This record gives sequence, structure tokens and C-alpha cells, in this order.
Amino acid sequence: MSRIVGIDLGTTNSLVAYMEEDFPRVIPDAEGRVLLPSVVAFTPDGVLVGEAAKRQLVRNPTRTIYSVKRFMGKGYEDVKEELRYFPFQVLPSHEIVRIRVGEREVTPPEVSALILRALKERAEAHLGEPILKAVITVPAYFNDSQRQATKDAGRIAGLEVLRIVNEPTAASLAYGLHRLKEGIVAVYDLGGGTFDISILRVKDGIFEVLATNGNTHLGGDDFDRAMVDWFLADIRARHGVDVGGDLEAMQELRLGAEAAKCRLSFEDRTVFTLPLTQHGFTYRREIFRVELEGLIEPFVQQTLSPCRLALADAQLGLDQIEEVVLVGGSTRVPLVKRRVQELFGKPPHSQLNPEEVVALGAAVQAHILAGGITHMLLLDVTPLSLGIETLGGVMSVLIPRNTTIPTTAKELFTTSVDGQTVVDMHVLQGERELAKDNRSLARFELRGVDPMPAGMPRIEVTFLIDANGILQVHAQELRTEKAASIEVKPSYGLTDAEVERMIEESFIHAEEDVASRLLIETRNEADAVIRATERALTQGGHLIAEAEVARIKEALAAVKAVSDGNDRDAIREATGRLNQATLHLAEVLMDSALKEALASKQVTEALEKK
Amino acid sequence: MSARLDYFTVFDLPRKLQINEEELQRLFYELSRRVHPDFFQTATPAEQARSLERSAVINRAYRTLRDLVSRVEYLIQLEEGRETKERATGIKPKAPTDLLEEMLEIQEALQEAKAGGLDGPRRQHLRDVQARLTERRKSEEASLLDFAREWDAAVDGNGDRKGLLDRMKQTLAARAYLNTVINDLKEALGEETQTHVSHRRH
Repeated sequence: MSRIVGIDLGTTNSLVAYMEEDFPRVIPDAEGRVLLPSVVAFTPDGVLVGEAAKRQLVRNPTRTIYSVKRFMGKGYEDVKEELRYFPFQVLPSHEIVRIRVGEREVTPPEVSALILRALKERAEAHLGEPILKAVITVPAYFNDSQRQATKDAGRIAGLEVLRIVNEPTAASLAYGLHRLKEGIVAVYDLGGGTFDISILRVKDGIFEVLATNGNTHLGGDDFDRAMVDWFLADIRARHGVDVGGDLEAMQELRLGAEAAKCRLSFEDRTVFTLPLTQHGFTYRREIFRVELEGLIEPFVQQTLSPCRLALADAQLGLDQIEEVVLVGGSTRVPLVKRRVQELFGKPPHSQLNPEEVVALGAAVQAHILAGGITHMLLLDVTPLSLGIETLGGVMSVLIPRNTTIPTTAKELFTTSVDGQTVVDMHVLQGERELAKDNRSLARFELRGVDPMPAGMPRIEVTFLIDANGILQVHAQELRTEKAASIEVKPSYGLTDAEVERMIEESFIHAEEDVASRLLIETRNEADAVIRATERALTQGGHLIAEAEVARIKEALAAVKAVSDGNDRDAIREATGRLNQATLHLAEVLMDSALKEALASKQVTEALEKK
Repeated sequence: MSARLDYFTVFDLPRKLQINEEELQRLFYELSRRVHPDFFQTATPAEQARSLERSAVINRAYRTLRDLVSRVEYLIQLEEGRETKERATGIKPKAPTDLLEEMLEIQEALQEAKAGGLDGPRRQHLRDVQARLTERRKSEEASLLDFAREWDAAVDGNGDRKGLLDRMKQTLAARAYLNTVINDLKEALGEETQTHVSHRRH
């Protein structure tokens, strides 16, 4: 398998890391910088990403996009309140956020894709090989739409996203590699725009998340905004000047406030200056750390309640937490450290750079997926309850929050009118009683139900949350055992067709021949299936009948015969038939693995406590 | 092992209620190491699909069996042959008969709290009630332990399983009722809760 990198796609900064021998390492750019500012600028001369984009932000505020992570998987209605903080224009709509840049519009996944693409190129330059696969981290409290949007961004960037992994749990993997004792661990992750708390049990190389909670709209950005508002008021009071409408000065003010905040993590006081050339003077103000702390205290307090809720869900008391780990740039702020220490009653770990640890953990997870590490396994949970809207607009929970993933739930549906052939479902995520107060994920239409009297069809719908925390839905009519077809309308997401169109139209792939890229993808997939099938036959060929082995070998030969050709459909068809031929073998292999594991049970008596 | 296998069988256990939870955890970790999708990235698509499906079953089985309350709820479902819809236990919250009178009074106090806020003495009163009901819930849960012993003996011998199941159901109904009231009290007292507590098993 080709190399898989780990990517931390952050609100403020992004990083890419890989595994070198037994240690994860972050990859620097040509100038030695590891943090890539998550800023994308659309200039007349082309697209700029990272430091270059950030540098020209003050000059080009309406075409420079930052903190785009706050918009991932969101609708216009969700974000309109905070738009006054952004110089770029977000277009009103009933669907996902669309940002206007000059003549065209871009969606958050497209902007994120440009950041991912820059990281991909950085890794390729550093490692001297093409990078096609990645593990990308997201806040643990991200919902399905936000995760899906992140995955879409990867696809648009030309990366196969093998896993979406939660940031705090990724961090625990990085720590767990060498520094963590076994026991109960709390990971407190305060980044640029999001907050997560995860409670884990670490034992025998298993990282089992017991509960997670958070706020996907709380982070260092909020600290900066509080400072900006404070400086604005001060400028108004002392100089009688309102800077609020001046986009360029506002950006300078924001970046200056951010820098001052960072200095105040190491100094008791600092001087903030803002040249206001239009008004013919330079604003200068000394600010003390205690003043900053007064401004940000309410935000820090807001992180403590999710901590207590997560503990309650994990059925643990504060005193049962053995280790506390700090993650995210905002945990450098002394007030944050102090409040966390007060809450848990012990000094937190921060040996690993809190800005790098998530990317390092993503690289560890990537290495696990590549088969490079076999003794570690992450068992994560779904952060939000999943349910469907039922009569009276109430949400009926199918999968409660903090359920270990992957997980499934089944629900029976039927018709309410004679001859009805279509059944609707509205899938939701959240913790509120009423459907309208929760996040709408998608509306599903089950089609092709045979016309029958009302209440006769029995359609079993399976909701599966995979290891990425992303929902998959299947449906089957039980009487006829026919798979029902489902049409999905994501409430705040892109359809497959839209993503494919974006791949074709994107700035990124303008130079590529899309058709040949798709052919290569199909060939690679066929090759992977060939190798996997040969391995499965070696492992389990003796467990199945000779005739079945012969059938699989035949299908295998058929794929090999076409896999080097140019007929994409023929390759796909042969691969599909081979997959079909291996279904039973897969079942046999899995059962034999489970039997082996169960045989490790000492004696049944040991399990039945007498 | 099929996806529809019962959760006891997943761990190769008899349908008994006393389980060594530490050993169950060890076994869960062991099974996870064999089937988790992380370890099937280079396997055939069929194996990947199986791995996903089996992991989901094992995760659910572990979550269900690892604590006594959900174990009892699950056992009742299984024994009564109801369709295994994970969340529907068919147990409706029901006030313990000896508490009926007091409950009316508590409901009244809760109504008042909602309407007009809480002064010092009323707040203290609700706190006391909350503490008492929490104790009561604990004792209901403790009685499940006795039932568990009786059930396991009945499985080995020839006890009255039907009668036991009924008594366990009563206990769970009382516990569910207490949960609701305790959460209402918490809310009235302004303590942190997340709604949808109804689906929380603990």
C-alpha cells in the first residue's frame, strides 16, 4: 500500500505528518515552517494558500478566505449571526454555505480542498513520492454533515480519505505511543474554532473512548473577537474614531489582536499598535494579561460544562481521571491551563506541542491502517444521538450519543395509505426532544415499494454509522427480501454528482485529464482487489469447497485479463463479479477469526461470576 | 455468526445475568482486534463489509451486556421473543406503589418551581427529595443483583423464570420512573443535564 499521511485540517492552521520508523513527524515546507495557515486567497494572478495568502489578507480582504472550517457542513442560516466578523461575502441560500469570490462562488469543501492540496504537495516534495491517501482529523463533536464535507474536500483535492478521525482521540494516539500510562484519560482540545473533550480508557493498546462532548463553535477565534471588540470600543472612546467599517483596518486589527494574545501567554503585558493612516495617527495601547483574561473568561467557562457532561455520560467522577492531556493552540493560554487544572485537580500533560499533536496522531492512525502498527486500536464513539422524525415532529432516537462505532440500528417502516409506493424518512442528529431543534442530516425516499394495502409492507431500514462517524443507510423489504432503493437528499451537503462536478471544474484539476485519472483509479482498485483476493485464498482457501476456490480463481483470472486495458466499464464489471464470488469466503474468514478470539476465553466459568 | 445473533452468543456466553465485567471487557477487546475495520484496509471489499458489520454487532453486544441494567432489559426482550429493536424495551415507567402519594406532592412542587422559581426552603426541599429518590433508585438497582443470582440459579435448575422476569420488569419500570423524576428535579434545580435522558440507560 502506498504511503498514507495524517492531516490536521485546522480552523487557523493545518499540518501534515507521516510515520518515520516508529515516530510520527510533521512535515515542514521549504522554509522549515510546519504550520500552514488555513487561509486561501483568490487573486487576479491565481490562488494563494497559506502564509502567502495570509500576508496579503489586509490588502485583499474580500477575496481572502480564512476560518472556513467554521462553515463546513453548515447552512447560511447557521452562520449568518457571525458573518459580521468576516470580510468575505457569504450568499444567502437555503442550502450549504456559498462564498462569493469575485465573479464566482465557492463552497467550503472546495476551499478546504485547496488547503489539503497544498499539504499534499508539501508532503510529495518532502517525501519524493506521490501521495494519494490520507487520514484527516475533525473535531470529535462534528456532526455527520461536517464529516462528510471534510471527506468531500479530500476527494476534491485528489486524496482518498481512508479515515476521518477525531482530533482529541488522534492526540491520545500520539501520546499513547510513548508517553501515556494505562488508565482513564481526559483529552481537552481547544483549537482555533472548536472545543472537544474526550474521556478514554487506555488499556492493552486499546484506546476506548467512553464519552465525548464539545462545542464546534468555540475556540481561539472567539478570544480574538473579544479582543477586537474591546480595542474597537477603546479606539472609539479615546479617539472618537469608528474603525468597524474599514475592512482592511479590521483585518489588521484582528491579526494584531491574535498576535498580542499569543504574546500574553508568555508576558504579563504587551503593547498593541494599529496604524490608522486614514485618520492620521497610530493607535497604541498597552494591554495586561489580566485584562485579556477578563475578556476570555466567559469562553473558558463555556468549556467546563461539556467536560462535566462527558464525565456523566462516561459514568465517572472527576477524581477518576488519571491523566489530562491538553491539545490545540488555545491551550497555551495560561488561563485555560489554570481552569483545566482546577477542574480535574491535577496538572495536565503538555509535553507534545499542542499544535502538532493532532497531526502526529493522525499519522499514527494512518500507520495502523497501513498495517504498520498492529498492537494499537482506537475505538471511538458517535458524539451525537441519531434519530428519525416521528409523528408530531418528535425525534425518536435510534443510536444514542456516545455509542461505540461502527454501530447499526434497524427500524421497520411501513405505508400509511393503500397502494403507497414511496416512504419518506427524515434523519436527524442531536439531543433535543423536538425534530426541529435538532440537526437535519438528510431526507430519504424509499422507492419502489410494491403497491399493497396500507401497513402491509415491512421495510427494514438499517442505519450504520461507520468508523468515520459517517452515516450509511440501507433498506430492504422483508417479505420480498428486495433491497429498496433510497434517494438521499443531504440537508447541508453536496451530492456525489456535485462533488464530481467540482473535481472537474476545480482550480486544482484544470490541468488534468479527468478521464485518464478515472481509468487509473479503476485499474488501481482492480489491482487492490486482485491482491486482496489472492491473500484471502491463501488464508482461507482450505476452509471452503474446492469448487468454490475454482469459481473464485476463474473470476480472478477474468479481472486480470482486462485490468490493463482501457475499458473502464469492463474492469469495473469484472471486479464486481470477483467481489460477488468472494462473499462467502469473507464470511468464513471472519468467523474463523472470531472463533479463534473466543477460544482465548479461559473457561466459560471464568466469565460467569459465581 | 450472523448479524442477527443474540448478544450472549456473540461472546459465547449462556443466557445468564452474572457476568465478570472485566473478563467481558478483555474479550471485547480481543474480538475487536480480530474484526475492526482498521485491520481490513487491504482486504477484499467483501471482507471489509463483513468487518464493518461484525464490529457493529460486537460493539452493541458489549455495550448491552457490560452493565447489569441494560443486560436485564436485553434479557427480558430476548426471553419474551420481541423483535430486537435495540431501544424499545417495552418497559413503561411506573411509580412504585408505596411512593404514589409522595409523587403527587413532588409533581406539584415541580409545577410551582416551573411557574414561579424557587426560594431557599423550597429549593432545599427539592434537593432533599432528589437525594432520597436517588437512594431509592440505588436500592432498586441493587435488588436487580438479587434477581440476577436467582435467574442464574433458575437457568441451571428449574426455577420460576416467568415470575422472575415479571419482578425484574417491575423493578425496571420503577427505576425508569425514578429516573424521569430525578431528571425533572435536576432541571428544576438548574443542574446540568442534556435532554433525551430518556434513552440513557444509566
